[in-house]
Amino acid sequence: MTQWIDIGQLEDIPRLGSRVVESVHGDIAIFRTKEDKVFALRDKCPHKGGALSQGIVHGERVTCPLHNWVISLLDGEAQGFDSGCTPAYPVKLENNRVYLSLEQERKTG
Amino acid sequence: MKQKLVVVGNGMAGMRTVEELLKIASDKYDITVFGSEPHGNYNRIMLSPLLSGEKSLNDIMINDLEWYSTNNITLHAGYEKRVVKVDRRSKVVYAADGTEAVYDRLLLATGSNPFIIPVPGKDLGGVIAFRDISDVDTMLSAAKSKQHAIVIGGGLLGLEAANGLLKQGMDVTVVHNLEVLMNRQLDTVSAQYLQKALEERGMKFRMSANTSCLEGDEHGQVKSIKFDTGETLPADIVVMAAGIRPNTELAQTIGLYCERGIVVNDTLQTYDPCIYAVGECVQHRGELFGLVAPIWDQAKVCANHLAGFGIGIYKQKDVSTKLKVTGIDLFSAGNFLGDNDSEQIVFQDPSRGIYKKLVLKDDRIIGSVLYGDTVEGSWYFNLMREKTSVADFRDALIFGQHFVGDAGHQGQNAIVDMPDDAEVCGCNGICKGDIVKAITENKLFTLDDVRSATKASASCGSCSGLVEQILTATVGGNYSESPSEKPMCACTKYSHDSVRASITENGLKSFHEVAAFLEWDSGDGCHVCRPAINYYLVCAWPTEKVDDPRSRFINERVHANIQKDNTYSVIPRMWGGVTTPSELRAIADAADKYHVPCVKVTGGQRIDLLGVKKEDLPHIWKDLNNAGMVSGHAYGKALRTVKTCVGSEYCRFGTQDSTGMGIKLEKMTWGSWTPAKVKMAVSGCPRNCAEATIKDFGVVAVDSGWELYVAGNGGIKVRACDYLCKVTTEEEVLEYAGAFMQMYREQGRHNERSAPWVERVGLSYIKSEIVENPEQRKAFHARFLESQKYAQVDPWAERASHEVEKQEFIPLTQVG
Repeated sequence: MTQWIDIGQLEDIPRLGSRVVESVHGDIAIFRTKEDKVFALRDKCPHKGGALSQGIVHGERVTCPLHNWVISLLDGEAQGFDSGCTPAYPVKLENNRVYLSLEQERKTG
Repeated sequence: MKQKLVVVGNGMAGMRTVEELLKIASDKYDITVFGSEPHGNYNRIMLSPLLSGEKSLNDIMINDLEWYSTNNITLHAGYEKRVVKVDRRSKVVYAADGTEAVYDRLLLATGSNPFIIPVPGKDLGGVIAFRDISDVDTMLSAAKSKQHAIVIGGGLLGLEAANGLLKQGMDVTVVHNLEVLMNRQLDTVSAQYLQKALEERGMKFRMSANTSCLEGDEHGQVKSIKFDTGETLPADIVVMAAGIRPNTELAQTIGLYCERGIVVNDTLQTYDPCIYAVGECVQHRGELFGLVAPIWDQAKVCANHLAGFGIGIYKQKDVSTKLKVTGIDLFSAGNFLGDNDSEQIVFQDPSRGIYKKLVLKDDRIIGSVLYGDTVEGSWYFNLMREKTSVADFRDALIFGQHFVGDAGHQGQNAIVDMPDDAEVCGCNGICKGDIVKAITENKLFTLDDVRSATKASASCGSCSGLVEQILTATVGGNYSESPSEKPMCACTKYSHDSVRASITENGLKSFHEVAAFLEWDSGDGCHVCRPAINYYLVCAWPTEKVDDPRSRFINERVHANIQKDNTYSVIPRMWGGVTTPSELRAIADAADKYHVPCVKVTGGQRIDLLGVKKEDLPHIWKDLNNAGMVSGHAYGKALRTVKTCVGSEYCRFGTQDSTGMGIKLEKMTWGSWTPAKVKMAVSGCPRNCAEATIKDFGVVAVDSGWELYVAGNGGIKVRACDYLCKVTTEEEVLEYAGAFMQMYREQGRHNERSAPWVERVGLSYIKSEIVENPEQRKAFHARFLESQKYAQVDPWAERASHEVEKQEFIPLTQVG
């Protein structure tokens, strides 16, 4: 059984933006796209550890603020010719509330 | 139900179109490809290195057979699979062996045929073209057992073939019907340099020679070539490389309208709306195509229409050819021959083997040929593309960018001589060998590809010219690049300037309005276009709330500079570099209270508090605000500092109050957003202790007034300022500064500092607007002051009071 943790309501996260949830695994960045989809990634770029929550969100991707790596919000994979992966966490939206699970979806590749 | 797309022609143009199509609509079609060669799709440009033995067949494959099966593409390859008939009414394609395929859309990419000179003997054995892998195989086997090779045609292709055969050990003579080699790219002098260099390698030439016939032996094999002068040369193999003709055979058979090529419209559609055509077989607005860059553009547009998006039309662009013939550097672009209305600047150094010619018209470059030293090629091409007036630096133009105020790249300019382990990109530590490897392994063709694959030139960009040269040298042949209008980013085909014009003309007020109006390829853009457009909106509509924090880079969003460990730096403004004991005390207290690990004096005469945690930012700002300090904007594309020397108040040499002048300038300009960072300085005498002549706007006091300088910077490429003019009063300094700022704000491109901007538009233009036209100057200045009314709000105070962007600084929650 997946353990879902209520972390707040959708409006707490700016559209095309991100908020940080502090956890035992370290910071987790919660993203909200233009279409109001939510995603959760470990707040650490696979390149040099930049805080992805501080990046520019576009489509279902985020650009790391440190060196412009583009990371997929779906699975944390670096896009283009860069390779690396940051863990993604299951997250769901129900009745406008955002739920996060700390079961890691993927290990760092 | 998927539709069916049939592609006739398995070459570079056709497969590039398919690749573009798969990128944007991978599920729309079942795709079937017919090709008359028994291979996957290979890089035809690389036939020369294949012939010379520098590359293997594997090296030049772009799409191997596995690629077709991975992408569910049915490939019919081989001579018997050549398409011979198309029934346009029932939409069926037939191959020679009877293979059929039904289509909804048909794409013709039949390429071109070599032009075979109609001389007696042209059908003899051993007379071949230089067009595909089988031609190369024929040449290679001839080289093993035979001696004499004749290449007819002294153009690019012919010389490459000749070079390959020479390297394979044959005795090679090039026959050319004109006096000038590569006459499509070179003028007489550069062609002579080239011929001499090739002769030194052992290549022979018969110039202005006309072939009267080819003579064969009793087995029908060619044995000699005879000229109209009566001279005869032995020939074991004859390569016809006298040009190409669009292959329109199939199109004509099936009744499509053709002239020299298959005629297509701006969406690459033929006269049959279900049939598209791309590449060397097409004729678009009267022109034919043979270079990669325009064909890539066609592929993109065609794919978009095949995908049913219907966006984009194909527009022809200026093309430069950078040639790499047998280790010799050549560059040619535009109208390199000139005419009665143009002038030429020529540089010639025969012992170093260097020749440069620039053709100018009305002080603008319209063409150029470079031989031996092509490092400035991309710079000249840029000046040509931007139609930049070179009036201000004509005297140094021919010597290159170094001589017009650019410190360059360690003086490196010949990539041929660079060892593989020489570092090209100093920001990312990328060596020449890495770049070459990435280009060959990933089959890269453009500077952008190389940038994303290797990161070379992706940071500061100062090595772009070198990277471009390596690309040219590696891709070889007819690599060409540079559309006339550089798109802003991969999301659009529009340039910065046209996007910007569209914003003001059409009253667009948000990124999404811009993206919708200009048909952006991606929904919400990328990290390149979003901040750029946000800036253009802020600049165009100063009185309205158009600024979108989500389109701002983190530093400008949280008004602090992100550091490598995700902490931030805080730099309060110190007007003109002047501070007080109480301000210093407040800074010291803040540093203690928030455990700031590093306190540093900056180059811009203020104090940097490094290592502040994000959640502490509003609190430390509040403390600094309480002591009367505001944001120093040390993080933004904005006015940074106004550096000053102490001036006449204390200095025994000072002629004017430079500190006071600096404070006034900073009070006027702080808070404004600009295309890139702006730094100013005021020096109190010509000793220039404030280093005002390497600033975006510099002021140097003299006894009789103030000298104004613009467009300098330290940084990536040190550039000393240009002298703008001299004024007498402080009010004038302020007016000129405000006018210059506003002109730069309105006309500079996002991320373009004032130095490259002024180099692009020309100092004379700046002078004509700001110095020679008082009304224009006053108008710029007035617009600047108007926008400053709304811009001069301390962003720290707004946030310290927790009213703006509150959520930015606190975690959402804590779990686990």
